[in-house]
Amino acid sequence: MLPTSWYLFLGTALFTVGVIGVLTRRNVIVILMSIELILNAVNINLVAFSRYLQSVDGQVFAIFVITDAAAEAAVGLGLIIALFRNKETVNADEIDLLKW
Amino acid sequence: MPLQYIAFFTLAAAMLTSAVLVITRRNPVHSVMWLIVTLFSVGGIYLMQHAELLFAVQIILYVGGIMVLFLFVVMLVNIDVAAKQAQFSRQWPLALVTVALLSAELGYGFYYAVHQGLNLPQVTAATGAATAGNTEAVALSLYQGYMLPVEIASLLLLVAMVGAVLMAKKQL
Repeated sequence: MLPTSWYLFLGTALFTVGVIGVLTRRNVIVILMSIELILNAVNINLVAFSRYLQSVDGQVFAIFVITDAAAEAAVGLGLIIALFRNKETVNADEIDLLKW
Repeated sequence: MPLQYIAFFTLAAAMLTSAVLVITRRNPVHSVMWLIVTLFSVGGIYLMQHAELLFAVQIILYVGGIMVLFLFVVMLVNIDVAAKQAQFSRQWPLALVTVALLSAELGYGFYYAVHQGLNLPQVTAATGAATAGNTEAVALSLYQGYMLPVEIASLLLLVAMVGAVLMAKKQL
């Protein structure tokens, strides 16, 4: 068996990569994909602790996180389609109607 | 067991490499492909933790459902124009500094927890022999203790479905 802290560090690394993707990319589809990376990092943490504490609660929580990620991806991508139909761009910097 | 070390480091290397490639590719279709590789590696980590149902759910739902949805939308929007523009925002140094601070905090927190208070020993194999299989345990937990969250999740999926259909319509 591997130490639990190894899986926690792996989850942290994946979380860091996801946050960099959300903060630095301009393409909104890549931003949504970075959010999926963050959710998977959280799931790795949940499953690691579920294994350590000998309980399936962490895995049940991870299933709900996956369900939530599916719902959020569907709604977010519908938003992108509606946005693209109106403005013909997927660049986050060009969506500045609310800017002063 | 050296095989576990090999498996862990292979999966971790594949996961982190493909995650970095997801956020740096110019073509969004390439990003989707690398995200599929990342999700397979995450499924492998689940399998190493003896979470078999979660591994199957990850492959079927995440890779087979959500990534296919991403691919459809990437094909729908015009990616040629987006591929020629600048890919990274102008605030990327500030973002990198912020993420470095965040990861330093998280790393210090885990290091402190492991070496000072919360002792996380390796899980022995003998304590896990009492369960009758991972899928049965998760299914029992979902249908007995967590029935209300299951119903709420189904309501959430219904709302998401209605919302996605409404938002993609040409005329309401």
